[in-house]
Amino acid sequence: MSDSRATDSETAELETFRSETRAWLEANCPPEMRKPATADTDVFWGGRNAKFSSEPQRIWFERMRDKGWTVPDWPKEYGGGGLSAAEHKVLRAEMGRIGARPPLSSFGIWMLGPALLKYGTEAQKREHLPNIAAGLIRWCQGYSEPNAGSDLASLQTRAESDGDDFVITGQKIWTSYANYADWIFCLVRTDPAAKKHDGISFILFDMTSKGVSTKPILLISGYSPFCETFFDNVRVPKSHVVGTVNRGWDVAKYLLQHERAMISGMGERGVGRPLGQIAADSVGTDAQGRLDDSILRGQIATFDVDEAALAACAERAVDLAKAGQAHPAFSSAMKYYGTELNKRRYEILMSAGGVDALEWESERSKQGARPRAWLRTKANSIEGGTSEVMLGIVAKRILDLPGA
Amino acid sequence: MALVLTEEQSMLRDSARGLISDKAPVSHLRHLRDSKDPTGFSKEFWQSFAEMGFAGLLVPEEFGGSGLGFVEAGVVMEEIGRTLMPSPFFATSVVAASALNRGGNAAQKSEFLPKISNGSLLATLAIDEGAKHRPLQTSLQAVRAGNGFKLSGAKALVVDGHVADLMIVAARTAGSAGEREGLTLFLVNPHAKGVAVERTIMVDSHNAARIELANVEVNADSVLGEVDQGARLLDGVLDIGRGAVASEMVGLSDEVFGRTTEYLKQRKQFGKLIGEFQALQHRAAQLYVDIEITRAAVMKALQALDTDVANAASAVAVAKARAGTTATRAVQEGVQMHGGMGMTDQFDIGFFMKRARVCEELFGDANYHTEQLARARGY
Repeated sequence: MSDSRATDSETAELETFRSETRAWLEANCPPEMRKPATADTDVFWGGRNAKFSSEPQRIWFERMRDKGWTVPDWPKEYGGGGLSAAEHKVLRAEMGRIGARPPLSSFGIWMLGPALLKYGTEAQKREHLPNIAAGLIRWCQGYSEPNAGSDLASLQTRAESDGDDFVITGQKIWTSYANYADWIFCLVRTDPAAKKHDGISFILFDMTSKGVSTKPILLISGYSPFCETFFDNVRVPKSHVVGTVNRGWDVAKYLLQHERAMISGMGERGVGRPLGQIAADSVGTDAQGRLDDSILRGQIATFDVDEAALAACAERAVDLAKAGQAHPAFSSAMKYYGTELNKRRYEILMSAGGVDALEWESERSKQGARPRAWLRTKANSIEGGTSEVMLGIVAKRILDLPGA
Repeated sequence: MALVLTEEQSMLRDSARGLISDKAPVSHLRHLRDSKDPTGFSKEFWQSFAEMGFAGLLVPEEFGGSGLGFVEAGVVMEEIGRTLMPSPFFATSVVAASALNRGGNAAQKSEFLPKISNGSLLATLAIDEGAKHRPLQTSLQAVRAGNGFKLSGAKALVVDGHVADLMIVAARTAGSAGEREGLTLFLVNPHAKGVAVERTIMVDSHNAARIELANVEVNADSVLGEVDQGARLLDGVLDIGRGAVASEMVGLSDEVFGRTTEYLKQRKQFGKLIGEFQALQHRAAQLYVDIEITRAAVMKALQALDTDVANAASAVAVAKARAGTTATRAVQEGVQMHGGMGMTDQFDIGFFMKRARVCEELFGDANYHTEQLARARGY
């Protein structure tokens, strides 16, 4: 039973870490940062032009950054916290316990970082990871093109070799916050003669480079979180390619797994008041204190069951990954379910809100926060791979069903 | 605690799977059904199950058991679900053993638990009275008489009721139907005067019985736990049973799903494997996702029963609700995707559909548990 003794001492260490972390969070997380973000300005994205929307936001970010806990499980040498997977899980649980917001939101953290850690050169890691961890550089993702959406590998943005540089020309679309980003990680075609998956490279460049321009796209929510991004003979050193030239699809796919994991985690799962109580604010309750709309109540309860089950599955997915038992395509399964569930949440919130959820411009409605958020969720099952693409991936890569 | 099986738990799964798939594949259930077996399970196999330590899996080592936890019980239940093996494991080793271990006094534990461990005693919980699982609606009456009680009333869906050597009967000693106060659990000898047991042949060919008690006399020593305060003990025991049934449903769902995807890879129509059709691919993928999410929810619930008792009730409600909807979906898709073959008795898939239906009712269906969650969350 030597195993269980080892486990006991690990458990003891972990419990020490838990109590220290709990105490540190209690002392250092400002009360204002212990509730879910409701407005865009509640989220801190970092970058060269970053501004804090409040003093507590700044304090929280800086304290977490100083501990390396903007990226708790990255190695310390790259600005991370160096936490083990088990410690990271404890930190997440403790932050969840008090409803602490993430101190920094960043595509660098969620997407590029993991890809650089796996595929980047030492020089690339040292150049970019600490800047991501410290929130100094804000990244955007140059993947989709007007004619390469679900069929991403058919992308046409060209990168032509010219001495030590690539010269990049083409157009990206749905580039999240490209107009605020400092750098872009981008898929470009470096070999137009190769088969579509084989001629792609993954490259990094500064958005202030000559020839880069962006144009925000107005969405149904009335916001413009996405841009069209144009490249007109943008000159980028070849040393900025991550991984091997023409093997960028491997990097792209690896990054997509992290993107899908991120999107599946959207929605304030299990944080804050139960959905049924939020609904009761507008719908009212009957004499027994039950939501005064039995059909809606049933829908919410069913939603709550599914949400709690998904939370367990997300926890298990992390644990499986740690144990080396995860299927690499499992993030597609999570992405599919998580995004569909988040759409359900907002359909319920709109139904529960009734007339109150229809105001688009008023102080009372926080400038239509709920209907705009509702409309925003409709993109969840499209961005990062549609639900249909996710199901196709599950069918082929996990279930091994015969290809079309 | 990580939501993955430990090495020991994986080994337990492998040995349970090996034994069950070897000795009790679905054809075993089919044979018991077709031969109208009077016992409804294989006594011989149950004995070897006991010898491997499964019968006393949850029983503390001091009473001859293995002293394992609910995650381990779930591991075995999941394997049982894969072949639909009829066995006393659920009623005796999970539900009754937990009730005795939690609620029993020293004398009761030392009388019964060692016999459960060695496979010589079969026991069961008699709870449901109406068509649906409503524990607080218990109205079987226990009135004080002399040094003991007299029990009168009826119970349904008593698993293994016709072969049980011991029944744990939920009765009302005070209050009225619907109230938490006034419930008491009694240990009843099925052979006592006034007990009538009717074996009910069920849709799933698993054991169940209706029992009727008419002025059945029990002495004060037959009370399990405290008089009038049985609801709490009952809640805990039912939750353990629910977690176990949910595990069986995960195993059942996974098995049906595996058989169905295999069929999609073999069956040709329109000159193609039917698994090439996107309409079926997406449905299969959705079902896969549903099963994996449910599997995680059930593991979470079993771990909570072992180590996080405060959150166990909600976790179990989530698990049993999810297991119900997932298994229902899995068996329906299973039959549909097998086409006409799925409708034949010759094909095993129908056995899974029938068992899923019973598991759904056992200890509360998805609606019941979804309702419990809504109440717990205060809306």
